Amino acid sequence: MVQIDYAHDRCKGCHYCIDVCPKKVISLSGELNDKGYETVKFDTSGCIACGSCYTVCPDYAITVIKKEG
Amino acid sequence: MADKIFTAPEMLRMSDPTGFCPGCGHGTAGRLQFEVLDEMGLLEDSITVYDVACDSLYMWAIDTDCVGVAHGRAIAAACGVKRTRPNNPVCAYVGDGATYSIGIQHTIWAAARNENITVIVINNGVFGMTGGQMAPTTLLGQKTITTPAGRSREMNGQPLDVVKLFTGMDIAYLARGSLDSVASINKTKKYIRKAFEKQMNGEGLSFVEILSPCPTNWGLSPQDSLKRIREVVEDVYPLGEFIERGVK
Repeated sequence: MVQIDYAHDRCKGCHYCIDVCPKKVISLSGELNDKGYETVKFDTSGCIACGSCYTVCPDYAITVIKKEG
Repeated sequence: MADKIFTAPEMLRMSDPTGFCPGCGHGTAGRLQFEVLDEMGLLEDSITVYDVACDSLYMWAIDTDCVGVAHGRAIAAACGVKRTRPNNPVCAYVGDGATYSIGIQHTIWAAARNENITVIVINNGVFGMTGGQMAPTTLLGQKTITTPAGRSREMNGQPLDVVKLFTGMDIAYLARGSLDSVASINKTKKYIRKAFEKQMNGEGLSFVEILSPCPTNWGLSPQDSLKRIREVVEDVYPLGEFIERGVK
């Protein structure tokens, strides 16, 4: 099972994570955070916990946790 | 089996958001530095030297020891910090504008003296904080606010390549990484790790240059900035490890 902790308030809307996701499970959320940046949403059912979104995120907004068992 | 977790060092996640523009490479580059220090168990002892430029915004976003100095003097200050605190990992985290123009004498003489510090240079080809003026690393033909017709060899000279500058220098390590893709970022992290290992072994100056996007001053979207690094910048500034002590 994969859990993604996404800090909306840290996101600056560069959307690098959408481009690098190999499974295309990240998409625009259509919502703005307090700073006015468009945030993203995650469909964790298709996520393989590769960590690509975490790697490219310049704002430490994404934490990916793959739970065993 | 333990859970697999991808997360930034706690002090980055828990402090205020960084002051960088959306899509800026500083956030990723600095995270790599602190990830490496965290993995090596050195985060608490580390001292990072910032100068007055975009990189100084980190001083408000981190919770470890740092020193803020005048523009271009980070390498000189880091040499002093290292000499007085020889057991602490010392890193000068600087931009290309400072390191290769106003601070070039410190860059060259730190290499000539083979000072035992780590230098991380963010190469985005412009002076970011002051509004995108031409830097020594600006590419020929690149438009900036001080070269509105594009940089020309006759008027502005050649772009400065640190690998050519350091050719033949007796330093511990010189590498150039990039932030344009996940693979490049992981490779860059390996370079930074090697740089800190060499410093802790007392081998001398370890220098890592990182090609980084500056969407705001390039006038491109974050996605197009990464594309520009891949297609244009990496042709002029090739990636890889160029000097490594003990390896021929």
